[in-house]
Amino acid sequence: MSDTLLSLEGIAKSFGGVRALNDVSFGVERGQILGLIGPNGSGKTTSFNVLTGLYRPDGGRIVFDGADLTGASPQAVYRAGIARTFQRSRLCLELSIFDNIMVGNHGRLNQGLFYNLFNRKALKAEVDAAYAEAMALATLFSPNLGDAMFAPVGALPMIERRRIEICRALIAQPKLLLLDEPSAGMTHDETHQLMSDILAVRERLGGLSIIIIEHEMGVIERVCDRCVVLNYGEKIAEGSYQEVASDRLVQEAYLGSA
Amino acid sequence: MTQALSRVPAFAVAAVTILLGLVFAIVFMEQESDVAVISLIALAAVAAWAGTRAGVAARVSEAAVERPGGIALLVAAGMAVLMGVFVEDHFPLLMLATVMIYATVALGLNVQFGYTGVVNFAGAAFFGIGAYTSAKVASSGLPPILSLPLGAMFAAVIGLLLVIPVVRTRGHYAAVVTIAFSVLFKTFLEVNDALGGPQGLSVGAMKLFGWDFGDGPTMFGVDASFYLNYALMALAMLSLVFVLVRRLERSWLGLSLDAVRLDETGAACYGIGIRRSKIFAFVLGNAIIGLAGALYGCMQGYVAPTSFTFSDSLILVAIVLLGGMGSPWGTILAAAIVVILPEKLQAIQEYRFLLFSAVVIAILLFRPAGLLPRGVRRYFPPARKGAQ
Repeated sequence: MSDTLLSLEGIAKSFGGVRALNDVSFGVERGQILGLIGPNGSGKTTSFNVLTGLYRPDGGRIVFDGADLTGASPQAVYRAGIARTFQRSRLCLELSIFDNIMVGNHGRLNQGLFYNLFNRKALKAEVDAAYAEAMALATLFSPNLGDAMFAPVGALPMIERRRIEICRALIAQPKLLLLDEPSAGMTHDETHQLMSDILAVRERLGGLSIIIIEHEMGVIERVCDRCVVLNYGEKIAEGSYQEVASDRLVQEAYLGSA
Repeated sequence: MTQALSRVPAFAVAAVTILLGLVFAIVFMEQESDVAVISLIALAAVAAWAGTRAGVAARVSEAAVERPGGIALLVAAGMAVLMGVFVEDHFPLLMLATVMIYATVALGLNVQFGYTGVVNFAGAAFFGIGAYTSAKVASSGLPPILSLPLGAMFAAVIGLLLVIPVVRTRGHYAAVVTIAFSVLFKTFLEVNDALGGPQGLSVGAMKLFGWDFGDGPTMFGVDASFYLNYALMALAMLSLVFVLVRRLERSWLGLSLDAVRLDETGAACYGIGIRRSKIFAFVLGNAIIGLAGALYGCMQGYVAPTSFTFSDSLILVAIVLLGGMGSPWGTILAAAIVVILPEKLQAIQEYRFLLFSAVVIAILLFRPAGLLPRGVRRYFPPARKGAQ
């Protein structure tokens, strides 16, 4: 259990008669990037939803950083240090870039009623500090974002929205980042750029672990230390990208059996 | 025109606009005939349209961002001048006080569904709880001023009865629960003898440190209407609640409430307590509504079930929609329109519900963000343009 940050043990989840996850086990070590791949409907996003507390698992155990997170609320999972992005962007479109990033910072901001309403001086200092931090993070991804921190997110193109979503996930300095198809809705070049940015930021933060769900195998090959392949809610392979790519079961899952 | 405007400081543009608004309000309130009133409304509509086209509106909202305190003070001062002009007349002062009380209520509703997305179709019921509290406080011999905090408290506490259904259900279901409560409340009042049944109760005048609100004060040789007392108190209450709601919006708490409204799942994944936020907004909103209700009760001198029906709740919701969800200034403007228009235009009085329904539908279709749409949140607006 030396360097294991997260482990899922025998996770099961059914919706009605459909077994979305069946006895799925995998782990992530500190500082590692794990790719979670598989055909559509294989249970990748469901794993994220179980992991982040949106779904309650029917069986199995989730241990994160030494603490049992099985069946914990989404709020508790966030507090434990897991942040995620969503397959379909879930930014608040009418709020500003700064506001959206600050949603991710919730746990580190003083939420006291009296403080927020009457201690405006201290609040101003906190807002200024948070602003500087958000600005520094956002400009790492894109210098343009820094000029428009108080512009509504709805006016921005897809790639900028993805960047903001990732900033929102990173601002509170989580231990584990879950990326659900960061390339969705973007061109090949944009995806490449985005992944380079994520790797650069990860370098700065030092030792951030990532689980990434991705359909673009080029991305997986480039960034992942290890891959887990799901099919019909079961784990069918695990190992380096080369290993799983040459696995017969994986090839069958993607291309159909010969 | 637009270029000439950009050379004048935004604050000056705003000040002139507010002054023009004040002059308009004075002239408008003095009109008696329907023709004059309708012409003035048409004039105001044209002026608003032309002002928006010429960029005046943009400059005014700029000023509101740069110097929010200055603008708020100017408007409050304008309100005070308006009261001064009509100092001897009961009716205009009663209307002004009613506008400010309704605006306060709408600010409370704004916290609930403008910010947090918790629908409340029982606004008039919580307003009534405040008003009935004032009647009970007055008859019990307690100092009448206590009816304000007690009204707020009772509205908040009785609102807790609804918390479980409101928090557990979403959207339409929560709306149905509050509608049920609204209907239930009126029926409860009608059958309850301790609360006066259908006839209601009379409420004694507000008294504050020996200052009897039932008597018009005499100042500088002018015998003021006793409604001046209530108008002043309503102005103080509205200002206080306005500052409170504004601060709430421009804080981390306001951000959390917005996040809950816009995306519950996303908010939960970033640690925001969904139920907690909803309960907080619902209770705070009801307290504000109850506070306004208590003052309303004292001012009216009586409370009866017919003043707190479901239709009245709909009017309150219409104020928030008309002004713009989450926009405090829009709320005040909309309260003024919704309260004053039917009073001045006797012709439409009987059709007011019909008219408001039409207005709400038109707003939702053509200007969904309301008359004065809410801007992007600035926690501490920059002192000058360009500064961060």
